[in-house]
Parts: sequence; structure tokens; C-alpha cells
Amino acid sequence: MAKVFIYPATSLILSDMVARFGHTPLSSATAIRERIQTAGLESPPLQITPEEAKKGLKWAAVEVPAGVRGRMSLYGPMIEACEAAIIINDADLAFGCMGCARTNELIKFLVHQKTIPRLELNYPKNEEEGVKFVAAIKRFLTELGATK
Amino acid sequence: MTAYTPTHVGSVTKYIVVESFDITPADLAIRAYEISKGAMIKETCFGLVINGKEEEVDRIVAELRKIDPDHIFVKDRGFPPGDARRCRANLGGARPGYNGLEYEMTIIPYISHGLEVLNNKDEKTVPPPDNPLERPVLDISKLKKLIYAQES
Repeated sequence: MAKVFIYPATSLILSDMVARFGHTPLSSATAIRERIQTAGLESPPLQITPEEAKKGLKWAAVEVPAGVRGRMSLYGPMIEACEAAIIINDADLAFGCMGCARTNELIKFLVHQKTIPRLELNYPKNEEEGVKFVAAIKRFLTELGATK
Repeated sequence: MTAYTPTHVGSVTKYIVVESFDITPADLAIRAYEISKGAMIKETCFGLVINGKEEEVDRIVAELRKIDPDHIFVKDRGFPPGDARRCRANLGGARPGYNGLEYEMTIIPYISHGLEVLNNKDEKTVPPPDNPLERPVLDISKLKKLIYAQES
């Protein structure tokens, strides 16, 4: 069972596919859960404290906006821990302000820098593409399971 | 700043999203209540939210998947059901994060179709999808056609 980083990290489809074919999806929900189940200082809504922006310095320089560094404190450890990655490139749902957009660029850059098995896809736009999409993910994850 | 005391520590929360002509969220909720041993189950417009110990939630999810495996989708959630920081009952409007779910709900029928087809077909026989990183250059003959179309 491999740890598979998914992008968009909130994707229902990718999260389900990875779990369905026997691997562990690394999604933002698990990172958020860790924070909201840990006692500390109240920092609603996501319990992202000023400490997170400091932790984010590991992946982004100090002149990078705190929003990017705070987000990287969630995604950075997952990118380091992942053994494979599935990326959807045309995910409109992952749009956002400078913080989100730059974090997304940095996430993709860091995943590309890592020498791990990686699957790049676009969302399917019809049933035929849906079959190819599911087959590609199934093939990728089956091969991943065989090498593990 | 005030001290933060977390609730539901050590529990996991999962979304069950159903996109099916045969099963409704109410059907799933009834089945989940039948087999649940202490998990919190909340019915929503798109499916269920289940909170509890990891083994218990995984057991319920595995049982629910059996009802319609190609049309039931599952993902993790960070917050427990009804959390005031996320619940739309407190905030008004759509729950933050629902927009992403709503977008993927439009694509899920294609995924369900793919899963159904691959139940009876080897995935190795299906051609790979187009590589999104490849950006094909514009063919010169196509460019000429475009130019002539503009001029005429």
C-alpha cells in the first residue's frame, strides 16, 4: 500500500480512486484533521496558527507571502511523505487568489522535482474519456502495488 | 487569544457521496444506522457524513459500498459533522468546500461509467488518455486554412 499524493488535494474522485484500488490518498482533509484535533490556541476556522507560516519556510522563502507558507505547512509534509502522485491539470475547482494559485504552482513544481511515479491527467469530458481516465488510474495504481 | 480545546479527538470523518439512479442518501442512511455501532451518521443532500473510530467508519463504508460500488464515492473530511466553523447552518450559503464537490459531481457520471465498463474489460486494453503536458504545435496547413478563412 503506497502513499499517493493527489492534486487537487481536496478531490473526491482522486481520493476515492486511490482508496478503491488499495492505496492511501494523501489529501488536505487529513492535514486539516490533525490541526483541528490538536489542542492549542484558538485560530478559527482551520486552526492555522502563525507557527504554520514559520514551518512553511522549509518549502518557501521568507519573502513569499505568509498565505503560501501557511498552506505549504499542510502540503509540504505530504509531498515529502508521498511515494507516488496523481495530478489533474485542468482542475477549475483549484482556482484561487494569489495564495492558493502560487501554492498550487509550488505544489506541482515540488511534485515534479521528486523522482516518484507520477500520473498526469485532465478531467474527462465525456463517457469515452471517463473510461480512459479510470483505466489510466487503475493501471497506474496496480503497477504501483506490484512494485511495492 | 483563547485556549482551544478540540472535540472528537481520535475520530475520523468521511463523506459518502452517492450518484445513482437506484440509491438515495436516505436509503444509505437507513443501512448505515442498521449496521452502525456508535458512529455518528448525518444524512445530507449528496449522501452521508460519518464520524467515529477509524475501524468502525471503515467497516460501515465497506458495507455501504457493496450496495452500489460503481456509484458510491468516499473521501476524508477534516471537520466533524455539524462543526460550527464549517456547517452552513451557522454560516449561511454553501458550505466552504462544497463548490469543489459540486464541480466534481458533474464529472462523477463519467467516472461511474468508466468503472462499470472496466468491470468487464481489462484496463490494459484501453488506450491511455491524452497527455495534458503535451502541447501540440499548430500544424502549418491548419494555420494556412485559418488565414484563408479570415481573408475570404
